[in-house]
Amino acid sequence: MSAPLLETRDLSVTFKVAQQGGWPWSPPRELHAVKQASLRLEPGRTLGLVGESGSGKSSLARAIVGTVPVSDGQVLWRGTDVIGMNAARQRAHGRHVQMVFQDPLDALNPRMTVGQIVAEPLRTHFPDLSREQIRRKVGAMMERVGLLPALINRYPHEFSGGQCQRIGIARALITEPELVVCDEPVSALDVSVQAQVVNLLQELQREMGLALLFIAHDLSVVRHISHRIAVMYLGRIVETAAAQELITNPRHPYTKALIASVPIPSPEAERARHRPVLEGELPSPMAPPSGCVFRTRCPIARASCAEAIPPVTHIGNDHHVACPYHSETAPPAQ
Amino acid sequence: MFATKSVADDLAGAAPIKGRSLWADARARFFRNRAAVAGLIVLMLVTAFALIGPFIAPWNNEDIDWNVLGNIIEAGRPSLESGHWFGTDPVGRDLFARTVQGTQISLLVGIVGALISVVVGTLYGAIAGYFGGRIDNVMMRIVDVLMSIPYMFVLILLLVVFGRSLLMLFIGIGLISWLDMARIARGQTLTLKGKAYIEAAIATGVRPFTIILRHIIPNLLGVVIVYATLLVPSMIIYESFISFLGLGVQEPLTSWGALINDGASEMNNGTLWMLTWPLFFFVITLFGFFFVGDGLRDALDPKDR
Repeated sequence: MSAPLLETRDLSVTFKVAQQGGWPWSPPRELHAVKQASLRLEPGRTLGLVGESGSGKSSLARAIVGTVPVSDGQVLWRGTDVIGMNAARQRAHGRHVQMVFQDPLDALNPRMTVGQIVAEPLRTHFPDLSREQIRRKVGAMMERVGLLPALINRYPHEFSGGQCQRIGIARALITEPELVVCDEPVSALDVSVQAQVVNLLQELQREMGLALLFIAHDLSVVRHISHRIAVMYLGRIVETAAAQELITNPRHPYTKALIASVPIPSPEAERARHRPVLEGELPSPMAPPSGCVFRTRCPIARASCAEAIPPVTHIGNDHHVACPYHSETAPPAQ
Repeated sequence: MFATKSVADDLAGAAPIKGRSLWADARARFFRNRAAVAGLIVLMLVTAFALIGPFIAPWNNEDIDWNVLGNIIEAGRPSLESGHWFGTDPVGRDLFARTVQGTQISLLVGIVGALISVVVGTLYGAIAGYFGGRIDNVMMRIVDVLMSIPYMFVLILLLVVFGRSLLMLFIGIGLISWLDMARIARGQTLTLKGKAYIEAAIATGVRPFTIILRHIIPNLLGVVIVYATLLVPSMIIYESFISFLGLGVQEPLTSWGALINDGASEMNNGTLWMLTWPLFFFVITLFGFFFVGDGLRDALDPKDR
């Protein structure tokens, strides 16, 4: 295994939420968006991050990119801590880590032309480049992501959603980063366009040796692109494994339920299979359940689950699970 | 296959296609609005009147026409022969020249006030909104405190203590005009801050002040411009009120407010032209600004109609 490009160690993200109806000086309540998340990502590989909405996927991604403050833990880039850097070095670090966003139109400044948008990271990190050099690089990058360079002076609202996402990808790749964090890059797009964008990301990854952190709530997209998959629930990473291993041999009860919820495009097969459906809602991250956060909805929960937070254990084959009862199957439905 | 390829090559080699910016769209919408265009034309005519007026006026605004002094009601009424096109004021000075001069002052006050509010208010509000937290709290509480002081009282005090001068008037109007604008800009900044393109810029490593200037201010400008056009008339009204109280610009300089005040006090003497001429320009200018402001709002923010 090569040295990790990016590693997070016990990363926590906590937001302060003002108490409703409280005094201005009453202490804010804490919302634990991410709790002690540890991840590793090797250069040129893809890590998929799945979980239902509210599970803290985006907060984890933003902590890695640096747009959300980290309350505890470390983000290591090639072994050096990013969090401890001063503001100027953190900004310079932005060259290596770029981000692609969920809503493509929202991610583009409506008052700027495509050329200006794509050129912004270049102007930030390479202020010595001449106007002509920037123009040439932007044109080449637009061509690379499948946009006509002649459209350089157009504005974002003149493009379709898929094209806007290509512009966002061009902006992310113009500084030749080593890691691109994709925060649900395809969930706002039409299905046919989704495949195009995912394939484009894969092509670019092969060409430029990019590492991708690919976030989605749709497991079928993630399994297509990822080498490894991490599953998040209520701010905690509950299971990580190689993509194939995780899909064929899920061990955590939440992962099992997640995989069971992916529809099979065949009515007979769909009817025939047994689907453990999760009951209830995601608990509030302001007041997470004691012990295992998943116990309130877990089909194999028992009294001991409420006592201690289950540690992440290695069960062989580079498969990590945060459930001590992972080898048991769900009890038959009553 | 080959045909499509060559078409694609042609397109790729072609000169960049000029995109229609949001500004260009807004301009087209604005010029489709008849009332707004009429308002704009009126404003241009009033401006032309203020700029060209001094060169075509047969009389100077300071000189007294001794021939009409004893008989203002008869000899001082508006006429083409005497050269007093708008008539004269109670002491025999040419009202056309004085209206031109008053228009200059009033427009200047309105535009300077609006400019101060646009520059100071927008920057102040954008900075407060963007940085948020304690900085935002302190900056906006300062605005609250300044707003809670009765501005007219401060303005009158300023003019009384430091003497009546054009500079003091500008300072006084500048002090109050940016407060509302700062609040509006801050509110807009708060909504813009949640946009993903701001986050993208932060993630890329763009400096905070560059983000404010490059991403926040251009997206604020629509709202700011609309509010500024509506602010010009209210600045003119402030100044008129101050002049009406007799605290505005000093003789022989004058403004619409001062002229209207003079005209109003002579209303019962049968010299109504002294009131109607400055009032006419005052009213059409206010209407012009309001129509242009409405037109701009519809043009820049078509969703809000």
